[in-house]
Amino acid sequence: MKYGDLGEALFEAVKQAATELPDDVVAALERARDAEDPVGRVQLEAILQNVEIARREGAAMCQDTGIQTFVVFVGSEFAHLGVLREAIVDAVRRATAAVPLRPNTVDPFTGRNPGDNTGRFVPYIVWEIEKGNECRIHLLPKGGGSENCCALRMLPPGAGLAGVERFVIDHVAACEGKPCPPGVIGVGIGGGADLALKLAKLSLLRPLGERHSEPAAARMEERLLQRINETGVGPMGLGGRTTALDVHVEFAHRHPASLPVGIVYQCWADRRKVVRVDAAGRVEVS
Amino acid sequence: MNKVLRTPLSEAEIRDLRVGETIYVTGELFTARDEAHRVLLDAAHGGERLPFRPQDLALFHCGPVVESRDGVWRVTSAGPTTSARMEMFEADFLDTYSTRLVIGKGGMGKKTLEALGRVGAVYTHFTGGAGALAARAIRRVPAVYWLEELGMPEAVWILEVEAFGPLTVTMDSHGGSLHEVVAARVEANLTAIRAEMSREA
Repeated sequence: MKYGDLGEALFEAVKQAATELPDDVVAALERARDAEDPVGRVQLEAILQNVEIARREGAAMCQDTGIQTFVVFVGSEFAHLGVLREAIVDAVRRATAAVPLRPNTVDPFTGRNPGDNTGRFVPYIVWEIEKGNECRIHLLPKGGGSENCCALRMLPPGAGLAGVERFVIDHVAACEGKPCPPGVIGVGIGGGADLALKLAKLSLLRPLGERHSEPAAARMEERLLQRINETGVGPMGLGGRTTALDVHVEFAHRHPASLPVGIVYQCWADRRKVVRVDAAGRVEVS
Repeated sequence: MNKVLRTPLSEAEIRDLRVGETIYVTGELFTARDEAHRVLLDAAHGGERLPFRPQDLALFHCGPVVESRDGVWRVTSAGPTTSARMEMFEADFLDTYSTRLVIGKGGMGKKTLEALGRVGAVYTHFTGGAGALAARAIRRVPAVYWLEELGMPEAVWILEVEAFGPLTVTMDSHGGSLHEVVAARVEANLTAIRAEMSREA
């Protein structure tokens, strides 16, 4: 097998991400269903049934299987660092044919779709180089409908954290049902324009219910979650108590003149997988 | 008990439906996205005969994933697409073909709501992304039209379905729109949230 155990693990991870919703997301959807009004409850019940069928049949849980996105935390001494990119691209190609995944990569100039979910800069890989010889690869395939509801605002610093919260709440309400709520809202604060959006996306790697280690950020997550749900957008935008399953905030130091806020909206199909390779080369998918 | 309607649908049973009700449909659907709406309307305005009767079937805003095995079509995933894109065609389409049941997601605008009232039709919402659930209710694919010209997602697929749903009526033939109600409620909630935030500041 090409790329050995690592290649096989990456293939399994891409496949499982498309077909099996993580347990923490399923549990959050079940809690939301039990608390919801009749119209919203119908939507959540349909989502949960759909998730169950997909898991049982090994079928994609949503026809939009997303852009394949990877976040790689890799030690500079990791033995397979040199072939990691090729191994990821190969796993995406094989899983596209095997699951199957919808071919989702279109050349913006020619309109051509290579049909295997690869192309210029995709699959998209974020590299975070660390010390050591281990590796952790996060998968976050993300659909187009929710990605279209991402946003960036360069606030004047005088708007303060209250301005940040107001922007997030207004934006999520304005998206209505388009990004297929209830989902997860990633919020990146500070850095520059690109970093704010990157941090918002990376915050989605955290399991649902896990708060930021910095108490002030954790309190903002709690406040935003409560207020977003008070808007009443509800499941699929049809009204109800649950618009967001969770809110995750991440932040960087900012320029004195800037207060960038990035929002990355993830739909109910919050598909995530992790491949871990330890120093001895043992591979695990979770 | 779930309420199951069968195609062809009568005007009387559709006029009975009100916003907020959940129904299922058994019988035949046809899929139509942007391009298919254009093709079907051009055919009507050009006086052409269609290979099927849209008035007898339910209209599904969907670009399905379909595979062919031994010459038989099988739908593997068929979630709804965003209906708002079809707003520019739908009133004309309903006036032309009197289709009684529209299935999509996200709701539609004023022109469509008025046409639903004129024609005696409803718009129903199917859960976004629930492609596997939809595919399970599809029993057979009796026909496909304009596959060569429009490609798989945009072609008109005739789908034989059993208890397809849940479909929530979000726009009825009496001017009711859950989408308008929710939008107004969200605006009022936002005003209250902003006031509370200013008090805290």
